[in-house]
Amino acid sequence: MNQIPNASIAVKAVNVTKSFGQTQVLRGVDLEVRKGEVFCLLGPSGGGKSTLLRCINHLETPDDGVIWVDGAIVGYELRGGVLHELPPRVARAQQRKIGMVFQHFNLFPHKTALENVMEGPLVVLKQGKDEAQTKALARLEQVGLAEQAHHYPSQLSGGQKQRVAIARALAMEPELMLFDEPTSALDPELVGEVLSVMKDLAASGTTMIVVTHEVGFARAVADCVGIMVEGTMREFGDPETVFSNPSDPRVQAFLAAVIEQDF
Amino acid sequence: MSPHADLRVELAQLTNRTYQVRKLSHPGRWAAGIIVAILVILLVAAFAQGQIDWPVVAEFLTTATIMKGIVNTLLISALSMILGLVLGVVFAMMKQSPNPVNKAVAEGYIWVFRGTPVMLQLLIWFNIALVFPTIGIPGVLSWRTIDVVTPFVAAVLALGINEGAYMTEVVRAGLLSVDKGQSEAAATLGMSPAQTFRRIVLPQTLRVIIPPIGNSAIGMLKTSSLATAISARELLNATQQIYFVNGQVIELLMVAGIWYLAATTVLSVIQYFIERHFGRGFDGQQAARKVEPLEAEGK
Ligand SMILES: Nc1ncnc2c1ncn2[C@@H]1O[C@H](COP(=O)(O)OP(=O)(O)OP(=O)(O)O)[C@@H](O)[C@H]1O
Ligand SMILES: [Mg+2]
Repeated sequence: MNQIPNASIAVKAVNVTKSFGQTQVLRGVDLEVRKGEVFCLLGPSGGGKSTLLRCINHLETPDDGVIWVDGAIVGYELRGGVLHELPPRVARAQQRKIGMVFQHFNLFPHKTALENVMEGPLVVLKQGKDEAQTKALARLEQVGLAEQAHHYPSQLSGGQKQRVAIARALAMEPELMLFDEPTSALDPELVGEVLSVMKDLAASGTTMIVVTHEVGFARAVADCVGIMVEGTMREFGDPETVFSNPSDPRVQAFLAAVIEQDF
Repeated sequence: MSPHADLRVELAQLTNRTYQVRKLSHPGRWAAGIIVAILVILLVAAFAQGQIDWPVVAEFLTTATIMKGIVNTLLISALSMILGLVLGVVFAMMKQSPNPVNKAVAEGYIWVFRGTPVMLQLLIWFNIALVFPTIGIPGVLSWRTIDVVTPFVAAVLALGINEGAYMTEVVRAGLLSVDKGQSEAAATLGMSPAQTFRRIVLPQTLRVIIPPIGNSAIGMLKTSSLATAISARELLNATQQIYFVNGQVIELLMVAGIWYLAATTVLSVIQYFIERHFGRGFDGQQAARKVEPLEAEGK
Protein backbone atom coordinates (compact mmCIF):
# COMPACT_ATOMS: atom_id res chain seq x y z
CA MET A 1 0.00 0.00 0.00
CA ASN A 2 2.91 2.34 0.70
CA GLN A 3 4.88 1.64 -2.44
CA ILE A 4 5.59 4.86 -4.31
CA PRO A 5 3.96 4.54 -7.71
CA ASN A 6 5.88 5.15 -10.85
CA ALA A 7 6.29 8.77 -12.05
CA SER A 8 4.26 8.11 -15.18
CA ILE A 9 1.16 7.25 -13.17
CA ALA A 10 -1.54 9.89 -12.64
CA VAL A 11 -4.06 8.04 -10.47
CA LYS A 12 -3.74 4.91 -8.44
CA ALA A 13 -6.50 3.56 -6.24
CA VAL A 14 -5.88 0.67 -3.88
CA ASN A 15 -8.67 -1.27 -2.19
CA VAL A 16 -11.12 1.65 -2.12
CA THR A 17 -14.13 0.77 0.00
CA LYS A 18 -17.19 2.86 0.73
CA SER A 19 -20.57 2.19 2.33
CA PHE A 20 -23.62 4.38 2.76
CA GLY A 21 -25.33 3.03 5.85
CA GLN A 22 -25.93 -0.66 5.18
CA THR A 23 -25.22 -0.62 1.45
CA GLN A 24 -21.65 -1.30 0.48
CA VAL A 25 -21.17 0.73 -2.69
CA LEU A 26 -17.45 0.20 -3.33
CA ARG A 27 -15.99 -3.18 -2.38
CA GLY A 28 -12.23 -2.77 -2.68
CA VAL A 29 -11.69 -1.09 -6.02
CA ASP A 30 -8.21 -0.97 -7.57
CA LEU A 31 -7.38 1.36 -10.41
CA GLU A 32 -4.36 2.69 -12.23
CA VAL A 33 -4.42 5.47 -14.82
CA ARG A 34 -1.28 6.73 -16.54
CA LYS A 35 -0.51 10.33 -17.27
CA GLY A 36 -2.08 11.55 -20.52
CA GLU A 37 -4.33 8.51 -20.72
CA VAL A 38 -8.07 8.43 -21.15
CA PHE A 39 -9.76 5.90 -18.91
CA CYS A 40 -13.43 5.14 -19.57
CA LEU A 41 -15.49 3.61 -16.81
CA LEU A 42 -18.68 1.77 -17.73
CA GLY A 43 -21.13 -0.40 -15.90
CA PRO A 44 -24.74 -0.84 -14.91
CA SER A 45 -26.55 1.79 -12.88
CA GLY A 46 -25.86 1.74 -9.17
CA GLY A 47 -22.51 0.00 -9.62
CA GLY A 48 -20.63 2.74 -7.79
CA LYS A 49 -19.06 4.64 -10.73
CA SER A 50 -20.09 8.09 -9.49
CA THR A 51 -19.07 7.23 -5.96
CA LEU A 52 -15.60 6.24 -7.15
CA LEU A 53 -15.20 9.54 -9.05
CA ARG A 54 -16.43 11.47 -6.02
CA CYS A 55 -13.85 9.72 -3.85
CA ILE A 56 -11.09 10.62 -6.31
CA ASN A 57 -11.80 14.33 -5.95
CA HIS A 58 -12.63 14.23 -2.27
CA LEU A 59 -16.36 14.92 -2.47
CA GLU A 60 -16.67 11.64 -0.57
CA THR A 61 -14.17 10.01 1.78
CA PRO A 62 -13.50 6.28 1.36
CA ASP A 63 -13.99 4.10 4.43
CA ASP A 64 -10.88 2.13 3.58
CA GLY A 65 -8.12 2.12 0.99
CA VAL A 66 -6.14 4.98 -0.50
CA ILE A 67 -6.38 7.07 -3.63
CA TRP A 68 -3.18 8.54 -4.93
CA VAL A 69 -3.40 11.39 -7.41
CA ASP A 70 -0.33 12.94 -8.94
CA GLY A 71 2.12 12.38 -6.14
CA ALA A 72 -0.08 12.70 -3.07
CA ILE A 73 -2.76 10.76 -1.24
CA VAL A 74 -6.18 12.41 -1.61
CA GLY A 75 -7.28 13.95 1.69
CA TYR A 76 -4.49 12.46 3.80
CA GLU A 77 -0.86 12.79 4.65
CA LEU A 78 1.24 9.68 5.30
CA ARG A 79 3.36 10.25 8.41
CA GLY A 80 4.97 7.48 10.45
CA GLY A 81 2.89 4.82 8.75
CA VAL A 82 -0.37 6.56 9.71
CA LEU A 83 -2.75 8.46 7.44
CA HIS A 84 -3.45 11.87 8.99
CA GLU A 85 -6.49 13.70 7.66
CA LEU A 86 -5.51 16.92 5.89
CA PRO A 87 -6.73 20.29 7.16
CA PRO A 88 -9.51 21.65 4.90
CA ARG A 89 -7.33 24.34 3.30
CA VAL A 90 -4.75 21.79 2.13
CA ALA A 91 -7.45 19.39 0.96
CA ARG A 92 -8.98 22.20 -1.13
CA ALA A 93 -5.61 22.89 -2.76
CA GLN A 94 -5.63 19.23 -3.89
CA GLN A 95 -9.22 19.39 -5.01
CA ARG A 96 -8.73 22.35 -7.31
CA LYS A 97 -6.14 20.41 -9.34
CA ILE A 98 -8.82 17.86 -10.21
CA GLY A 99 -11.47 19.13 -12.62
CA MET A 100 -14.96 17.64 -12.49
CA VAL A 101 -17.76 17.70 -15.03
CA PHE A 102 -21.19 16.66 -13.75
CA GLN A 103 -24.07 14.92 -15.49
CA HIS A 104 -26.36 17.87 -14.72
CA PHE A 105 -23.73 20.55 -15.51
CA ASN A 106 -24.12 22.36 -12.13
CA LEU A 107 -23.37 25.72 -13.73
CA PHE A 108 -23.94 28.73 -11.49
CA PRO A 109 -27.28 30.00 -12.83
CA HIS A 110 -26.81 33.58 -11.62
CA LYS A 111 -23.56 34.00 -13.50
CA THR A 112 -22.95 34.27 -17.26
CA ALA A 113 -20.94 31.64 -19.12
CA LEU A 114 -17.89 33.91 -18.85
CA GLU A 115 -18.43 34.55 -15.13
CA ASN A 116 -18.84 30.82 -14.54
CA VAL A 117 -15.47 30.16 -16.16
CA MET A 118 -13.81 33.10 -14.35
CA GLU A 119 -15.13 32.18 -10.90
CA GLY A 120 -12.41 29.69 -9.90
CA PRO A 121 -9.46 31.69 -11.25
CA LEU A 122 -10.76 34.88 -9.60
CA VAL A 123 -11.70 33.50 -6.22
CA VAL A 124 -9.36 30.56 -5.76
CA LEU A 125 -6.30 31.33 -7.90
CA LYS A 126 -6.62 35.07 -7.07
CA GLN A 127 -6.02 36.08 -10.68
CA GLY A 128 -6.65 39.70 -11.64
CA LYS A 129 -9.94 40.43 -13.36
CA ASP A 130 -8.36 41.19 -16.75
CA GLU A 131 -6.16 38.12 -16.71
CA ALA A 132 -9.05 35.88 -15.63
CA GLN A 133 -11.30 37.30 -18.31
CA THR A 134 -8.75 36.93 -21.12
CA LYS A 135 -8.04 33.34 -20.13
CA ALA A 136 -11.73 32.53 -19.66
CA LEU A 137 -12.52 33.83 -23.12
CA ALA A 138 -9.76 31.62 -24.51
CA ARG A 139 -11.29 28.63 -22.70
CA LEU A 140 -14.72 29.40 -24.12
CA GLU A 141 -13.15 29.71 -27.57
CA GLN A 142 -11.58 26.30 -27.03
CA VAL A 143 -15.01 24.72 -26.48
CA GLY A 144 -16.49 26.77 -29.33
CA LEU A 145 -18.59 29.14 -27.23
CA ALA A 146 -16.82 32.51 -27.48
CA GLU A 147 -20.03 33.99 -28.92
CA GLN A 148 -22.13 32.88 -25.94
CA ALA A 149 -19.76 34.32 -23.32
CA HIS A 150 -22.36 36.73 -21.98
CA HIS A 151 -25.27 34.33 -21.99
CA TYR A 152 -26.70 32.99 -18.74
CA PRO A 153 -26.94 29.19 -18.42
CA SER A 154 -30.73 29.39 -18.85
CA GLN A 155 -30.12 30.84 -22.33
CA LEU A 156 -27.91 27.94 -23.43
CA SER A 157 -28.76 24.50 -24.81
CA GLY A 158 -27.76 21.42 -22.81
CA GLY A 159 -24.76 20.77 -25.03
CA GLN A 160 -23.61 24.37 -24.67
CA LYS A 161 -24.06 24.23 -20.90
CA GLN A 162 -21.91 21.13 -20.69
CA ARG A 163 -19.20 22.75 -22.81
CA VAL A 164 -19.21 25.78 -20.48
CA ALA A 165 -18.89 23.38 -17.55
CA ILE A 166 -15.87 21.78 -19.24
CA ALA A 167 -14.34 25.24 -19.83
CA ARG A 168 -14.98 26.12 -16.19
CA ALA A 169 -13.13 23.01 -15.00
CA LEU A 170 -10.27 23.60 -17.47
CA ALA A 171 -9.85 27.18 -16.26
CA MET A 172 -8.34 25.79 -13.05
CA GLU A 173 -5.65 24.13 -15.17
CA PRO A 174 -6.27 20.72 -13.61
CA GLU A 175 -3.84 17.83 -13.71
CA LEU A 176 -6.74 15.42 -14.06
CA MET A 177 -10.25 15.76 -15.49
CA LEU A 178 -13.16 13.67 -14.20
CA PHE A 179 -16.38 13.36 -16.21
CA ASP A 180 -19.50 11.80 -14.68
CA GLU A 181 -21.82 10.83 -17.53
CA PRO A 182 -21.29 14.17 -19.26
CA THR A 183 -23.71 13.38 -22.08
CA SER A 184 -26.40 11.40 -20.28
CA ALA A 185 -28.66 14.42 -19.68
CA LEU A 186 -28.42 15.63 -23.28
CA ASP A 187 -30.77 15.29 -26.21
CA PRO A 188 -29.25 12.80 -28.69
CA GLU A 189 -28.44 15.47 -31.27
CA LEU A 190 -26.36 17.44 -28.72
CA VAL A 191 -24.19 14.53 -27.57
CA GLY A 192 -21.79 14.87 -30.50
CA GLU A 193 -20.69 18.44 -29.78
CA VAL A 194 -19.70 17.56 -26.20
CA LEU A 195 -17.93 14.34 -27.18
CA SER A 196 -15.98 16.20 -29.83
CA VAL A 197 -14.71 18.74 -27.25
CA MET A 198 -13.71 15.79 -25.08
CA LYS A 199 -11.91 14.13 -28.00
CA ASP A 200 -9.91 17.32 -28.56
CA LEU A 201 -9.01 17.36 -24.89
CA ALA A 202 -7.91 13.75 -25.00
CA ALA A 203 -5.79 14.48 -28.08
CA SER A 204 -4.10 17.35 -26.24
CA GLY A 205 -2.80 14.88 -23.66
CA THR A 206 -5.10 15.65 -20.73
CA THR A 207 -5.46 12.80 -18.25
CA MET A 208 -9.16 11.94 -18.17
CA ILE A 209 -11.42 9.56 -16.30
CA VAL A 210 -14.78 9.38 -18.04
CA VAL A 211 -17.85 7.60 -16.72
CA THR A 212 -19.99 7.05 -19.78
CA HIS A 213 -22.42 4.77 -21.54
CA GLU A 214 -21.06 5.83 -24.94
CA VAL A 215 -19.37 2.63 -26.07
CA GLY A 216 -18.49 4.26 -29.40
CA PHE A 217 -16.62 7.05 -27.62
CA ALA A 218 -14.85 4.59 -25.36
CA ARG A 219 -13.74 2.47 -28.30
CA ALA A 220 -12.46 5.47 -30.24
CA VAL A 221 -10.81 7.50 -27.48
CA ALA A 222 -10.06 5.38 -24.42
CA ASP A 223 -6.60 3.98 -23.82
CA CYS A 224 -8.05 1.82 -21.14
CA VAL A 225 -11.56 0.87 -20.02
CA GLY A 226 -12.96 -0.56 -16.85
CA ILE A 227 -16.32 -2.11 -16.14
CA MET A 228 -17.70 -1.79 -12.67
CA VAL A 229 -20.42 -4.05 -11.36
CA GLU A 230 -21.73 -3.97 -7.79
CA GLY A 231 -18.77 -2.04 -6.41
CA THR A 232 -15.97 -4.04 -8.00
CA MET A 233 -13.90 -3.56 -11.14
CA ARG A 234 -14.94 -6.67 -13.08
CA GLU A 235 -12.98 -5.92 -16.26
CA PHE A 236 -10.01 -3.70 -16.79
CA GLY A 237 -7.84 -3.37 -19.88
CA ASP A 238 -7.58 -2.00 -23.40
CA PRO A 239 -10.95 -1.38 -25.08
CA GLU A 240 -10.63 -4.05 -27.76
CA THR A 241 -10.00 -6.83 -25.27
CA VAL A 242 -12.69 -5.76 -22.83
CA PHE A 243 -15.41 -5.13 -25.40
CA SER A 244 -14.66 -8.11 -27.64
CA ASN A 245 -14.35 -10.95 -25.18
CA PRO A 246 -15.42 -10.09 -21.65
CA SER A 247 -15.10 -13.05 -19.33
CA ASP A 248 -17.58 -12.05 -16.61
CA PRO A 249 -21.22 -13.01 -17.35
CA ARG A 250 -22.61 -9.79 -15.72
CA VAL A 251 -20.31 -7.76 -17.95
CA GLN A 252 -21.37 -9.73 -21.02
CA ALA A 253 -25.02 -9.01 -20.24
CA PHE A 254 -24.32 -5.33 -19.62
CA LEU A 255 -22.32 -4.89 -22.82
CA ALA A 256 -24.89 -6.73 -24.87
CA ALA A 257 -27.50 -4.27 -23.60
CA VAL A 258 -25.56 -1.03 -24.20
CA ILE A 259 -24.08 -2.04 -27.52
CA GLU A 260 -27.50 -3.04 -28.77
CA GLN A 261 -28.81 0.37 -27.63
CA ASP A 262 -26.09 2.05 -29.66
CA PHE A 263 -27.66 0.93 -32.90
CA MET B 1 -78.71 20.57 -29.93
CA SER B 2 -77.21 24.03 -30.40
CA PRO B 3 -78.25 26.20 -33.34
CA HIS B 4 -74.77 25.59 -34.76
CA ALA B 5 -75.18 21.85 -34.67
CA ASP B 6 -74.41 21.37 -38.32
CA LEU B 7 -70.80 22.57 -38.50
CA ARG B 8 -69.85 20.33 -41.35
CA VAL B 9 -68.18 22.00 -44.32
CA GLU B 10 -67.41 20.25 -47.56
CA LEU B 11 -63.75 20.61 -48.51
CA ALA B 12 -64.88 21.88 -51.90
CA GLN B 13 -66.50 24.89 -50.22
CA LEU B 14 -63.08 26.15 -49.02
CA THR B 15 -62.38 28.23 -52.07
CA ASN B 16 -60.54 31.23 -50.57
CA ARG B 17 -56.96 31.33 -49.27
CA THR B 18 -57.95 34.03 -46.77
CA TYR B 19 -61.27 34.74 -45.07
CA GLN B 20 -62.66 37.67 -43.20
CA VAL B 21 -62.99 36.76 -39.50
CA ARG B 22 -65.82 38.00 -37.32
CA LYS B 23 -65.10 37.69 -33.59
CA LEU B 24 -67.84 37.39 -30.97
CA SER B 25 -68.83 40.71 -29.40
CA HIS B 26 -68.87 40.82 -25.60
CA PRO B 27 -71.69 43.15 -24.55
CA GLY B 28 -71.53 41.75 -20.98
CA ARG B 29 -67.99 42.97 -20.49
CA TRP B 30 -68.90 46.48 -21.57
CA ALA B 31 -71.89 46.60 -19.26
CA ALA B 32 -69.88 45.31 -16.30
CA GLY B 33 -67.14 47.87 -16.95
CA ILE B 34 -69.58 50.74 -17.09
CA ILE B 35 -71.34 49.68 -13.88
CA VAL B 36 -68.08 49.37 -11.96
CA ALA B 37 -66.89 52.77 -13.26
CA ILE B 38 -70.13 54.41 -12.13
CA LEU B 39 -69.83 52.84 -8.65
CA VAL B 40 -66.28 54.12 -8.31
CA ILE B 41 -67.31 57.63 -9.36
CA LEU B 42 -70.16 57.59 -6.81
CA LEU B 43 -67.82 56.41 -4.08
CA VAL B 44 -65.21 59.08 -4.80
CA ALA B 45 -67.92 61.75 -5.00
CA ALA B 46 -69.39 60.60 -1.68
CA PHE B 47 -66.04 60.98 0.07
CA ALA B 48 -65.36 64.31 -1.64
CA GLN B 49 -68.66 65.71 -0.38
CA GLY B 50 -68.79 63.77 2.90
CA GLN B 51 -68.04 65.09 6.35
CA ILE B 52 -64.29 65.18 5.75
CA ASP B 53 -62.57 68.52 6.07
CA TRP B 54 -59.94 68.01 3.33
CA PRO B 55 -58.12 71.31 4.02
CA VAL B 56 -57.50 70.01 7.58
CA VAL B 57 -56.05 66.84 6.09
CA ALA B 58 -53.73 68.93 3.96
CA GLU B 59 -52.79 71.10 6.94
CA PHE B 60 -51.76 68.19 9.18
CA LEU B 61 -50.16 66.15 6.43
CA THR B 62 -46.71 67.60 7.14
CA THR B 63 -46.90 68.74 10.78
CA ALA B 64 -43.86 68.12 12.96
CA THR B 65 -45.67 65.54 15.16
CA ILE B 66 -46.72 63.54 12.11
CA MET B 67 -43.23 63.76 10.62
CA LYS B 68 -41.72 62.47 13.85
CA GLY B 69 -44.30 59.69 13.83
CA ILE B 70 -43.28 58.67 10.32
CA VAL B 71 -39.61 58.62 11.26
CA ASN B 72 -40.40 56.38 14.23
CA THR B 73 -42.62 54.10 12.17
CA LEU B 74 -39.83 53.69 9.63
CA LEU B 75 -37.26 53.11 12.39
CA ILE B 76 -39.37 50.57 14.26
CA SER B 77 -40.15 48.72 11.01
CA ALA B 78 -36.56 48.73 9.76
CA LEU B 79 -35.06 47.65 13.08
CA SER B 80 -37.70 44.95 13.55
CA MET B 81 -37.08 43.64 10.03
CA ILE B 82 -33.32 43.54 10.64
CA LEU B 83 -33.80 41.77 13.96
CA GLY B 84 -36.24 39.38 12.31
CA LEU B 85 -33.84 38.60 9.46
CA VAL B 86 -30.89 37.99 11.76
CA LEU B 87 -33.00 35.69 13.95
CA GLY B 88 -34.36 34.05 10.80
CA VAL B 89 -30.87 33.19 9.49
CA VAL B 90 -29.67 31.99 12.91
CA PHE B 91 -32.69 29.80 13.60
CA ALA B 92 -32.80 28.50 10.00
CA MET B 93 -29.24 27.27 10.44
CA MET B 94 -30.11 25.83 13.86
CA LYS B 95 -33.08 24.05 12.37
CA GLN B 96 -30.86 22.45 9.71
CA SER B 97 -28.26 21.52 12.29
CA PRO B 98 -27.69 17.83 12.98
CA ASN B 99 -27.58 18.74 16.69
CA PRO B 100 -31.00 17.79 18.15
CA VAL B 101 -30.83 20.46 20.87
CA ASN B 102 -30.38 23.25 18.31
CA LYS B 103 -33.16 21.81 16.22
CA ALA B 104 -35.57 21.56 19.15
CA VAL B 105 -34.81 25.12 20.30
CA ALA B 106 -35.49 26.48 16.81
CA GLU B 107 -38.75 24.56 16.58
CA GLY B 108 -39.82 25.75 20.03
CA TYR B 109 -39.11 29.35 19.07
CA ILE B 110 -41.26 29.10 15.96
CA TRP B 111 -44.00 27.30 17.86
CA VAL B 112 -44.29 29.99 20.56
CA PHE B 113 -43.94 33.14 18.48
CA ARG B 114 -46.08 32.04 15.56
CA GLY B 115 -48.66 30.54 17.90
CA THR B 116 -49.52 33.70 19.83
CA PRO B 117 -50.95 37.03 18.62
CA VAL B 118 -48.37 39.72 17.94
CA MET B 119 -50.54 42.16 19.95
CA LEU B 120 -50.16 39.91 22.99
CA GLN B 121 -46.40 39.78 22.45
CA LEU B 122 -46.29 43.60 22.28
CA LEU B 123 -48.14 43.89 25.58
CA ILE B 124 -45.89 41.32 27.26
CA TRP B 125 -42.70 43.07 26.18
CA PHE B 126 -44.16 46.38 27.25
CA ASN B 127 -44.90 44.95 30.70
CA ILE B 128 -41.75 42.85 31.00
CA ALA B 129 -40.70 44.99 33.98
CA LEU B 130 -43.38 43.18 35.98
CA VAL B 131 -41.43 39.95 35.44
CA PHE B 132 -37.89 41.33 35.67
CA PRO B 133 -37.82 44.62 37.58
CA THR B 134 -34.10 44.96 36.92
CA ILE B 135 -31.84 43.58 34.21
CA GLY B 136 -28.07 43.32 33.88
CA ILE B 137 -25.24 41.09 34.99
CA PRO B 138 -25.92 40.07 38.62
CA GLY B 139 -23.50 41.79 40.98
CA VAL B 140 -21.81 43.79 38.21
CA LEU B 141 -24.29 45.90 36.32
CA SER B 142 -27.96 46.55 36.83
CA TRP B 143 -30.61 48.75 35.25
CA ARG B 144 -34.22 49.31 36.00
CA THR B 145 -36.14 47.51 33.27
CA ILE B 146 -38.59 50.36 32.65
CA ASP B 147 -35.65 52.62 31.79
CA VAL B 148 -34.29 50.17 29.23
CA VAL B 149 -37.41 48.68 27.69
CA THR B 150 -39.11 51.86 26.52
CA PRO B 151 -42.21 51.53 24.33
CA PHE B 152 -39.94 51.96 21.31
CA VAL B 153 -37.62 49.14 22.43
CA ALA B 154 -40.56 46.92 23.39
CA ALA B 155 -42.07 47.45 19.93
CA VAL B 156 -38.83 46.53 18.14
CA LEU B 157 -38.32 43.45 20.33
CA ALA B 158 -41.89 42.22 19.99
CA LEU B 159 -42.21 42.84 16.25
CA GLY B 160 -38.66 41.67 15.45
CA ILE B 161 -38.80 38.46 17.45
CA ASN B 162 -42.22 37.68 16.04
CA GLU B 163 -40.97 38.35 12.50
CA GLY B 164 -37.94 36.13 13.13
CA ALA B 165 -40.21 33.12 13.57
CA TYR B 166 -41.65 33.66 10.08
CA MET B 167 -38.25 34.53 8.60
CA THR B 168 -36.79 31.25 9.87
CA GLU B 169 -39.11 29.35 7.56
CA VAL B 170 -38.49 31.72 4.65
CA VAL B 171 -34.70 31.51 4.96
CA ARG B 172 -34.79 27.75 5.38
CA ALA B 173 -36.90 27.31 2.27
CA GLY B 174 -34.44 29.56 0.43
CA LEU B 175 -31.41 27.55 1.52
CA LEU B 176 -33.11 24.27 0.62
CA SER B 177 -34.00 25.60 -2.84
CA VAL B 178 -30.33 25.72 -3.86
CA ASP B 179 -29.29 22.40 -5.40
CA LYS B 180 -26.52 20.47 -3.60
CA GLY B 181 -24.70 20.29 -6.94
CA GLN B 182 -23.97 24.01 -6.69
CA SER B 183 -21.85 23.60 -3.57
CA GLU B 184 -20.22 20.53 -5.06
CA ALA B 185 -19.28 22.38 -8.23
CA ALA B 186 -17.81 25.16 -6.10
CA ALA B 187 -15.91 22.60 -4.02
CA THR B 188 -14.35 21.04 -7.13
CA LEU B 189 -13.05 24.51 -8.04
CA GLY B 190 -11.39 24.59 -4.61
CA MET B 191 -13.65 27.26 -3.13
CA SER B 192 -13.90 27.38 0.67
CA PRO B 193 -17.27 26.88 2.42
CA ALA B 194 -17.37 30.62 3.23
CA GLN B 195 -16.67 31.60 -0.40
CA THR B 196 -19.21 29.07 -1.60
CA PHE B 197 -21.87 30.43 0.74
CA ARG B 198 -21.26 34.07 -0.09
CA ARG B 199 -20.73 33.84 -3.86
CA ILE B 200 -22.81 30.82 -4.89
CA VAL B 201 -25.45 29.81 -2.34
CA LEU B 202 -26.44 33.18 -0.87
CA PRO B 203 -27.19 34.99 -4.16
CA GLN B 204 -29.42 32.11 -5.24
CA THR B 205 -31.10 32.02 -1.83
CA LEU B 206 -31.74 35.77 -1.97
CA ARG B 207 -33.46 35.44 -5.33
CA VAL B 208 -35.96 33.10 -3.73
CA ILE B 209 -36.41 34.85 -0.39
CA ILE B 210 -36.46 38.49 -1.46
CA PRO B 211 -40.08 38.48 -2.64
CA PRO B 212 -41.36 37.14 0.71
CA ILE B 213 -39.02 39.49 2.59
CA GLY B 214 -40.36 42.43 0.58
CA ASN B 215 -43.91 41.39 1.39
CA SER B 216 -42.95 41.02 5.04
CA ALA B 217 -41.39 44.49 5.09
CA ILE B 218 -44.59 45.96 3.67
CA GLY B 219 -46.59 44.01 6.22
CA MET B 220 -44.27 45.16 9.00
CA LEU B 221 -44.76 48.80 8.09
CA LYS B 222 -48.48 48.35 8.67
CA THR B 223 -48.22 45.99 11.65
CA SER B 224 -45.97 48.50 13.43
CA SER B 225 -49.12 50.63 13.90
CA LEU B 226 -50.17 48.12 16.59
CA ALA B 227 -47.41 49.62 18.72
CA THR B 228 -49.70 52.56 19.35
CA ALA B 229 -51.36 50.29 21.91
CA ILE B 230 -48.20 50.44 24.02
CA SER B 231 -47.90 54.18 23.28
CA ALA B 232 -44.82 53.97 21.08
CA ARG B 233 -44.64 57.30 19.29
CA GLU B 234 -45.18 56.01 15.79
CA LEU B 235 -47.32 57.39 12.98
CA LEU B 236 -50.73 56.15 14.11
CA ASN B 237 -49.97 57.19 17.68
CA ALA B 238 -48.98 60.66 16.47
CA THR B 239 -52.29 61.11 14.65
CA GLN B 240 -54.14 59.97 17.77
CA GLN B 241 -52.21 62.45 19.91
CA ILE B 242 -53.49 65.20 17.62
CA TYR B 243 -57.11 64.12 17.31
CA PHE B 244 -57.50 63.56 21.04
CA VAL B 245 -56.85 67.31 21.26
CA ASN B 246 -58.63 68.75 18.20
CA GLY B 247 -61.31 66.14 17.63
CA GLN B 248 -60.64 65.93 13.88
CA VAL B 249 -60.61 62.13 13.98
CA ILE B 250 -61.31 61.17 10.40
CA GLU B 251 -59.09 63.88 8.94
CA LEU B 252 -56.11 62.67 10.95
CA LEU B 253 -56.81 59.02 10.16
CA MET B 254 -56.78 60.08 6.51
CA VAL B 255 -53.37 61.68 7.07
CA ALA B 256 -52.08 58.41 8.50
CA GLY B 257 -53.63 56.47 5.61
CA ILE B 258 -51.99 58.68 3.00
CA TRP B 259 -48.56 58.25 4.59
CA TYR B 260 -48.87 54.47 5.02
CA LEU B 261 -49.96 54.17 1.40
CA ALA B 262 -47.06 56.34 0.24
CA ALA B 263 -44.54 54.30 2.24
CA THR B 264 -45.85 50.90 1.08
CA THR B 265 -45.89 52.14 -2.53
CA VAL B 266 -42.25 53.22 -2.33
CA LEU B 267 -41.34 49.85 -0.81
CA SER B 268 -43.12 47.98 -3.61
CA VAL B 269 -41.14 49.91 -6.22
CA ILE B 270 -37.86 49.19 -4.41
CA GLN B 271 -38.86 45.54 -4.15
CA TYR B 272 -39.44 45.38 -7.90
CA PHE B 273 -35.93 46.61 -8.67
CA ILE B 274 -34.25 44.36 -6.10
CA GLU B 275 -36.11 41.34 -7.45
CA ARG B 276 -35.04 42.21 -10.95
CA HIS B 277 -31.42 42.42 -9.83
CA PHE B 278 -31.41 39.02 -8.14
CA GLY B 279 -33.55 37.41 -10.82
CA ARG B 280 -30.82 37.81 -13.45
CA GLY B 281 -29.95 34.58 -15.18
CA PHE B 282 -33.37 33.11 -14.48
CA ASP B 283 -36.03 32.80 -17.13
CA GLY B 284 -39.18 34.62 -16.20
CA GLN B 285 -38.75 36.69 -13.05
CA GLN B 286 -42.07 35.21 -12.03
CA ALA B 287 -40.22 32.08 -10.99
CA ALA B 288 -38.84 33.99 -8.02
CA ARG B 289 -42.36 34.39 -6.72
CA LYS B 290 -42.92 30.69 -6.35
CA VAL B 291 -42.18 30.72 -2.63
CA GLU B 292 -45.46 31.94 -1.23
CA PRO B 293 -45.29 34.75 1.28
CA LEU B 294 -45.93 33.15 4.63
CA GLU B 295 -48.98 34.45 6.45
CA ALA B 296 -47.56 37.34 8.45
CA GLU B 297 -50.99 38.14 9.86
CA GLY B 298 -50.32 37.12 13.43
CA LYS B 299 -52.67 39.72 14.82
N1 LIG C 1 -24.99 9.97 -0.66
C1 LIG C 1 -25.51 8.74 -0.73
N2 LIG C 1 -26.22 8.23 0.30
C2 LIG C 1 -26.75 6.99 0.24
N3 LIG C 1 -26.60 6.16 -0.81
C3 LIG C 1 -25.92 6.60 -1.87
C4 LIG C 1 -25.32 7.90 -1.89
N4 LIG C 1 -24.69 8.07 -3.07
C5 LIG C 1 -24.87 6.91 -3.74
N5 LIG C 1 -25.59 6.03 -3.04
C6 LIG C 1 -25.95 4.66 -3.46
O1 LIG C 1 -24.79 4.02 -3.89
C7 LIG C 1 -25.04 3.18 -4.99
C8 LIG C 1 -24.07 3.48 -6.10
O2 LIG C 1 -24.29 4.78 -6.56
P1 LIG C 1 -23.47 5.47 -7.71
O3 LIG C 1 -24.12 6.78 -7.96
O4 LIG C 1 -22.03 5.49 -7.37
O5 LIG C 1 -23.69 4.50 -8.93
P2 LIG C 1 -23.40 4.71 -10.47
O6 LIG C 1 -22.61 3.55 -10.92
O7 LIG C 1 -22.82 6.07 -10.68
O8 LIG C 1 -24.85 4.64 -11.10
P3 LIG C 1 -25.52 5.49 -12.27
O9 LIG C 1 -25.11 4.85 -13.56
O10 LIG C 1 -26.99 5.34 -11.99
O11 LIG C 1 -25.06 6.91 -12.13
C9 LIG C 1 -26.47 3.39 -5.36
O12 LIG C 1 -27.21 2.30 -4.87
C10 LIG C 1 -26.86 4.66 -4.66
O13 LIG C 1 -28.20 4.60 -4.26
MG1 LIG D 1 -23.56 7.86 -11.51
